[in-house]
Parts: sequence; C-alpha cells; structure tokens
Amino acid sequence: MTRWIFLWLLLALPAFAAVGDPNERLADPAKEALAREIGRELRCLVCQNQSIEDSDAQLARDLRRLVRERVAAGEDQAAVITFVHQRYGDFVLLRPPVTAATILLWATPFLALAGGIAVIMLRRRRAVAEAAALSPEEARRLAELDRGTA
Amino acid sequence: MIGEIGHFALALGCILALAQSIFPLIGAHRADARLMALAAPLAVAQLIAIAAAFAALLWAFAVNDTTVSNVVLNSHSAKPLIYKFSGAWGNHEGSMVLWVLILALCGGAVAGFGRDLPSALQARVIGILGLIAAGFLGFIIFTSNPFERVWPPPMDGQGLNPLLQDLGLALHPPMLYLGYVGYAVTFAFAVAALLEGRVDAAWGRWVRPWSLAAWSFLTLGIALGSWWAYYELGWGGYWFWDPVENASLLPWLIGAALLHSAIVVEKRESLKIWTVLLAILAFAMSLLGTFLVRSGVLNSVHAFANDPARGVFILGLLMAYVAGALALFAWRAPKLGGTGIFAPISREGGLVLNNLLLCSIAAVVLVGTLWPMFADILFGAKISVGAPFFNAATAPLAIPLVAAMAVGPLLAWKRADLAGALQRLWWVGLLAVASAFLTLLVAGYHVWPALGFAAAAWLIAGAAADILDRIAAFRRPSQAWNRARGLPRAAWGGAIAHAGVGVMFAGLAGMGLATDALVELKPGQSTRLAGYEWRLENIRDVQGPNWSSRRATITVLDQGRVVTVLTPEKRFFPVGRMNTTEAAIHTNAMRDLYAVLGDERDGGGVVRLHHNPLAPWIWFGAGIMALGGGLSLSDRRIRVSAPSRKAAPAPA
Amino acid sequence: MSDAASPKRPRRWMLYAPLGLAAAAGVGFYAMLQGLQDGSYNPRGVPSVLLGKPAPDFSLPALEGVELPALAAADLRGPLPGPVLVNFWASWCAPCIIEHPQLMRLSREGIAVYGINYKDRVAEAGAFLRRHGNPYRRLGRDEPGRTAIDWGVYGVPETYLLDRQGMIRWRWAGPITPDTLENELRPLLRRFA
Repeated sequence: MTRWIFLWLLLALPAFAAVGDPNERLADPAKEALAREIGRELRCLVCQNQSIEDSDAQLARDLRRLVRERVAAGEDQAAVITFVHQRYGDFVLLRPPVTAATILLWATPFLALAGGIAVIMLRRRRAVAEAAALSPEEARRLAELDRGTA
Repeated sequence: MIGEIGHFALALGCILALAQSIFPLIGAHRADARLMALAAPLAVAQLIAIAAAFAALLWAFAVNDTTVSNVVLNSHSAKPLIYKFSGAWGNHEGSMVLWVLILALCGGAVAGFGRDLPSALQARVIGILGLIAAGFLGFIIFTSNPFERVWPPPMDGQGLNPLLQDLGLALHPPMLYLGYVGYAVTFAFAVAALLEGRVDAAWGRWVRPWSLAAWSFLTLGIALGSWWAYYELGWGGYWFWDPVENASLLPWLIGAALLHSAIVVEKRESLKIWTVLLAILAFAMSLLGTFLVRSGVLNSVHAFANDPARGVFILGLLMAYVAGALALFAWRAPKLGGTGIFAPISREGGLVLNNLLLCSIAAVVLVGTLWPMFADILFGAKISVGAPFFNAATAPLAIPLVAAMAVGPLLAWKRADLAGALQRLWWVGLLAVASAFLTLLVAGYHVWPALGFAAAAWLIAGAAADILDRIAAFRRPSQAWNRARGLPRAAWGGAIAHAGVGVMFAGLAGMGLATDALVELKPGQSTRLAGYEWRLENIRDVQGPNWSSRRATITVLDQGRVVTVLTPEKRFFPVGRMNTTEAAIHTNAMRDLYAVLGDERDGGGVVRLHHNPLAPWIWFGAGIMALGGGLSLSDRRIRVSAPSRKAAPAPA
Repeated sequence: MSDAASPKRPRRWMLYAPLGLAAAAGVGFYAMLQGLQDGSYNPRGVPSVLLGKPAPDFSLPALEGVELPALAAADLRGPLPGPVLVNFWASWCAPCIIEHPQLMRLSREGIAVYGINYKDRVAEAGAFLRRHGNPYRRLGRDEPGRTAIDWGVYGVPETYLLDRQGMIRWRWAGPITPDTLENELRPLLRRFA
C-alpha cells in the first residue's frame, strides 16, 4: 500500500516544473512579507518537510495563492493559519500546536537542560563531598593509588 | 564473472570480519598475545577483500554491465563516467558497500598506525570494528546484494535520478560516510575501554584524532548536502530540517560534544564516563540515521529503500551494537571512575557547559525528528515538526552556546578568572554589539540577522583574541611571532574552527537579508532587484550529453556595466523522463546572484531572481571548521605517538 | 578502586538511563516496522479532518460538453438514498486511470459515484470520460482547485465516502485498486448501505 501511495505521489505531481507565478505575489511589500511568514508555517502536504513557500508542487501554489488572498483581504496571521488548519488538520502546521500529544516535544529543551544540570549538580556535590573528606595530600595519594591499580 | 568475484569477496570479507572480531577479543580477554597478534593482519585482509568487492562494483558500473540489476536500475550508458561511478554508491546496495569499505579502511588504519597502542587495546578496538563490519556485511549479503544478476539483460540501464547527477551529490555520501564510520572507531575505543575497565590520558589522545577526523568529514559532508540543496533545488533554501538532514546533524552535534570532552580526558583525566557515553552515542546517532533512511519509517525525499525486511535487519544491528554497548556501559562504567575536581568557572567547566548545550540541542533535534513517528504510533496523531519548531526550540540553546564559545578558550584549567577573561574580550564584545547595530541601521528592523552578525563578530574576533592572548601579543609583542610559531596546532585548530562557526553565522545572517523577485520577462525586457538590472536576452534550446534543455540568458548589469551573464536552465532527461531546474549562480564571495527559469508563455518566461548576501559564507564557514579540525588533527602531540602507558598490572 | 569506597560509586540508575531510552526507542521502531507491513502505520497517510462531518459548502459548475448534472454541497446533504462516493480526479493524473475500472464497476453496481474534476481542461476531461467510460452521476468542475482545498484534498485521485445522513465516513488518498475496493471499500459500503 505504501508503494501505491508512493507511485501516486510520483505520478500525480503536475508534469511541469515551476518557479511560481508572478501574479501570485502581493504588490504591498508588507503584506507580501506577512504572507511569506504565514507560508513558512504551513507544510506543503505532498512534499517532505518543506513549507509551501519553498515548493513548486501544485498544492503549494494553490495554498500560497489562498494565503495571499486572505492576507490581501486583511486577515491576520492567526486567522489565515486557522483557515488552513481547519481543512488539513494538525499535519499542515510545521510548528505543532501544543496539545497533550506534543507537550513533551515542546518541553524537550527545558527537560534536556534541567536534566543535564541536575546530573552535573549531583555528580559535583558528591565529588566535592569526597574531596572535603580527604586532605589535599591524601587526595593526591589516593589519586596515585587509583591510577596504579584501576 | 567480475560480479561473482565481487560477491565472493563480500562473503570472504564477512568471514574475515568475523574472525577479526572473535580471535582478537578472545585473545585480549585471555591476554593471549598470539591471538591478539591476529588482529592487524585480519583487518588488512578484510580491507583487501572489501576493496576488491568495491572495485568489482565500480567496474560493473564503468562498463555498464546490464546483467547486474543494480546497474540496470541506477545507470545508463549515456551517462558521463564520473556519474557512472557515483551511481555505484548513489543507491542503497552500493552505498552500503561504500560504508563497509570505509569501515574496513578505518580498521586497516588502526592496524597500521596503531602499533604504539597497548596491544590489548588495539586488539579490542580492531575486534569491535570487525564485529560491526561482520553485521553490515551480513546485511548486504542477505538483504541487499549489489551484484544480483538479471537475465536476459536489458539493452540499457534505466538511468539515474537526474537530481543525483551532480558533483556535489557524488561527493556528499562518501564524505558523510567517512564521518559516520569515523565514529565507529571512537565507538570501538569506548567499548574497548569498557571491556578493559580503564580510560586514561593515552586513551583520550587516541580518541581525539578519530573524533576530529570524523567530525571534520561530517562537517564537509553536511555542507556539501546543504550546498547541493541550495543550487539544485532552485529555491535558494539550504536547510529544511528534513528528517534525513537532521539524522546527519545528530552525530555532528554529539561528535562536537565528544571532541571537546575528549580534551578534558586527555588533559585532566576527568569526564571519563561521560566521554565514553558520548562516543557510544555518536555512533548510535550515525546508525540511527542509516536506519531512518533505509527502513522507510520516515516520509522523506532522501529515503532510499522502502523495504521493511531491511528495516528489521538494520534495527537488529542497531539494537545489538547500541543496546549492547549501553548495557556494557551501565555495567562497567563505574570502574572508569575518577571525576577530577574543578571549579565551575574553569576550562573544564566551560567544556561541560559546551557539552550540556550541544547535547541539549541534539536532544531537541532528535526528539523533534522522531516525534511525528512516535506520536503517530503512540497517540495516533499525525503532526509535522518543521523549521519553525526547530528554529524556536534550538535558538535559546544556541545563543548561550555561542556566547560561551568565545569565553571558554580563555579560561584556565581547574580554576579560572571569568572577570579577567571577559575583560580581555571587551573589544570583541564591542565589535559584536556594533555589528548588530550596524545591521539594524543599514538593513532595517531585522532581529535575527542582527543577532547573527553579532554572533559572527563575537566568534571571529573572539578566536583572534584567543590567539593574541596565547602569543601574548600585547604584553610582549616582540616575542609574539616566535610564540605564534610555537603555539600547538591544536590551539590554532580550535581557534580556526570557532572562527569558522562565526563565518557560517555571518552567512546565515546574510541569507536572512536575502531579497528576491518573481517576474515574467520578454526577451529584451529587464527588471531591478537589489540595485542590479537583470535583462532577459533570450530563451533557447540546448542539447547536453544525456539531456535537452531550455536555457535562458540573463545579463546582470550594475549601473550599465555588465556584472555577469546568468544561464538558468530547465533540463529534460529522456531516460527516466524527468525534469530538473538548474539554477544559475554568480558569486563574488560577498553575495550570490541566483536565477531560476520557470514557465514560458507568449515568447517570454517567468524567472525567479534572488540576491543572497554572504550566502557562500555558510559553506566557507563549514570548510573553515573542517580545516580547523584537520589542523588540530595534525598536532604534534597526536602525530607523535601517544606515550605508552605505565606497565599496568593485571586488573584486580 | 576498591568496593569499600562505596560512596564513590556513581549512582547506578543514571548509568542505566541511556540503555532504557535506547531500548524504548527500539521497541517503538520495531512497532513502526510491523505497522508498515500490516498497514497500520503509514508515514505518508494523513487523516481527513472531515471524518464524521458533513461535506463543506461548495457549488461547482458542470463540465461543458458532458451531459452530466453539476455538483453542489446540497446534493450531498442527508437523508440520501444510499451511500455516496465523491471522487476527485483529473485527466492528467495517471493513477486516475488505474482506479477508473473500479469506479466503473461500482457505478454499474448502482453505487452513487459523484465526480469533481480537479484543475483540468474541459476538452481533455471530456475526452478522458469518452475514452475510459463515465462512472459519475454528477460531475462538478473545480478548475481553480478551491473546493478541493475546502475538502482538504492534497492530490488526485482522492475519494470520500458519505453515509446516508451525508456524513463523511472514509477518505482514500491515492488510487482505489481492486485490493482497496474489496478490502476497504466494500465492507464500508455494506455497513452504510
């Protein structure tokens, strides 16, 4: 089945490669910039991890145009993204929404840092406690013995 | 016939690899010098067998032997010779043969250059490498035979994906594999250390060059891949946080942590357990990348084979090596012991901070890459994790990392004076702040590029400050030259690699200020972008060796003076019936002018034009990083063999 | 280092943590590989957000030159006489040719198959139906592809099954092969008949 879908992806891409359509861009640079910012948050569903802003797939083109129409009509980023999200689900969002299924994902930087700091602190406290238990001279001799017998 | 010889050589190599793992490991365990002495000759014999197999595969591609199914699927007689060769490793089976060839080369190198290693350590390292080679050779022989025959042979091959007919991409896999496989050697050293139950400065001195070499090659490999994406995919993008890109970034991040912590092992005999763990993890990440790419569990352009049977085999190997090593780690690591005492503010402390941040970034990349798959299987949720997540989640970790990068090298071992180090960096900090303000002033309100240029100035000037400090350029200028010449190459290498990161940040920041235009032009018409006038001259047909193409000629003028003539193309490859977009790029090292040809209508054509300030610096920076790694590698302390250990009594 | 120096021994559980994580990941990967084989895990499949909901609002013109009524959301509102298939297709789409015989078969069996012609040229779409046969009871023409976006379509062919209440129950992305027809679609058609 996977093979079928793969075949379908290969074949169902439009036959012409494209760089985009000049008419799709917005004349107002501020609005065009906003549209791009929105586009970079949206996944081109038939592509890999590419956003609709850097793909020439037909669907990416259509979504780019849709985003620009909505921006031109005065909608803000949240409204446009909600519009696309309602149609394509979480999969279209390159920045996954914080839900029960993604809370750990979003917590990774904090967990990794906190875990690392905790390990460092624990090891350090013990090392200092050991060092305090011995005089420097003893510690040196112990280190020598360690090296000799380990 | 040649194919059968190649196949036989693979099988022979597999048996030799098994022997290479069994005898030396038993020999080292029993302290049997005769068995240990088998390690080096067996490693060399295995190398010869694998080299023969690889040569046979190259031969089959060079003569376009269509009785070999791998050639049929991946080559064509009309292809230039260089791409026939690169086609040999541009597919699943061939790339695995390249992988084991590089592994055998590393084994041969440990056998050849490792004579000064304690014989038990050398035997164990070669034994572990043999074990890894045997597993992967088994994988090739049982699931991915590159010499499989087809009968009757077709008239000609089915070509290679034209996207892959490219010099950058031809060199990309070998570079990456040199990196991945280099971590097999540090992994072998880590496992050998766990078996022996000891890690000392000599061990650290041996692990460092391998981790440096692996990291440098990986840097080049990743840079080549990203450069390829930049000029071949035609969107001016260079990094997509694609799972396969992330899979190569993971061993790079862990490897960067490893080569820093190995310094602490070598100089201070501290962080031993941690360094051993990093060495295991760096290789685990390399294998994870192989698994993700080959098994079809991800949704990616780069994924080769969607064969679950292969996936199960690789997963088995991955778990056997990684879980085996980690179990050994949990059991034996306490024996390694020895956490040296150092103040939080010290060179060691700085390197611990470096490790903490690099590993946290690696954790974010790993979790972000795997999360969609695990969320699917655990919660049935289909989600995407893309660039916006990775940028948001790694930036808070990367900023302190960059900040610490310039300070760390100025700290003394054991106990350092942070205020003093910062005092010596006052002009560096001033430069960084000035760069940020200058960016805001010139380019307008762009926060990330401003921060990027600040990081670049901080790192490049910081590296200079490090060198100036070491040669005491301000305190005793008269002796500076002599001191500079006497400075160990590792010191130069470190400073250059750090400066390379700075150069890369400048490139990234420059790309943050890139501008583009998407216009429809008729011949003779022109448009303006970034102060240049871009004039479309014509669009015509061009015939290549195995493609035909539409080529646009665009003259770029600066105040009436011709800067360059760009010729973007749309190529059609009749074999394979595929189209590619060939971007035209003109660089003067300070900026790229980049043009792509799109649809044609009514005699005109749509062109997308980009002005990418400092774009080449991204890859220059990577090259400088690799250069720094190479320079460090050539340090005298590493070249001259590590002093042999004091005669160690038998383990208690 | 002797065993007597027990406080020196590092916390063992920390040393087992990497092994535990690796083992858990290994089990997960193994489950994915198993899922790939039995079809329960598919990295490319994306579920439709419309499942359990009625069709979104739309109104499409008929395809000129083909004597078929146009299609609008009103035609898909319950109660319906039976389950309805809505098929997005195009003449330029090769997999659509693969699935066409299956659609023809369903149509002959009396299943209501409605078509939405996606981003196509009128003449070529008509020629396609004349050459391969017409399985559609109604056919709307979505030249700009906007209705497809409202449905969350990401490529053609894509097929939706609506029950008698007009609720969307199933979405198939990719061609309906004979295998898909027998193993996926038929049981659903029986269930919602």
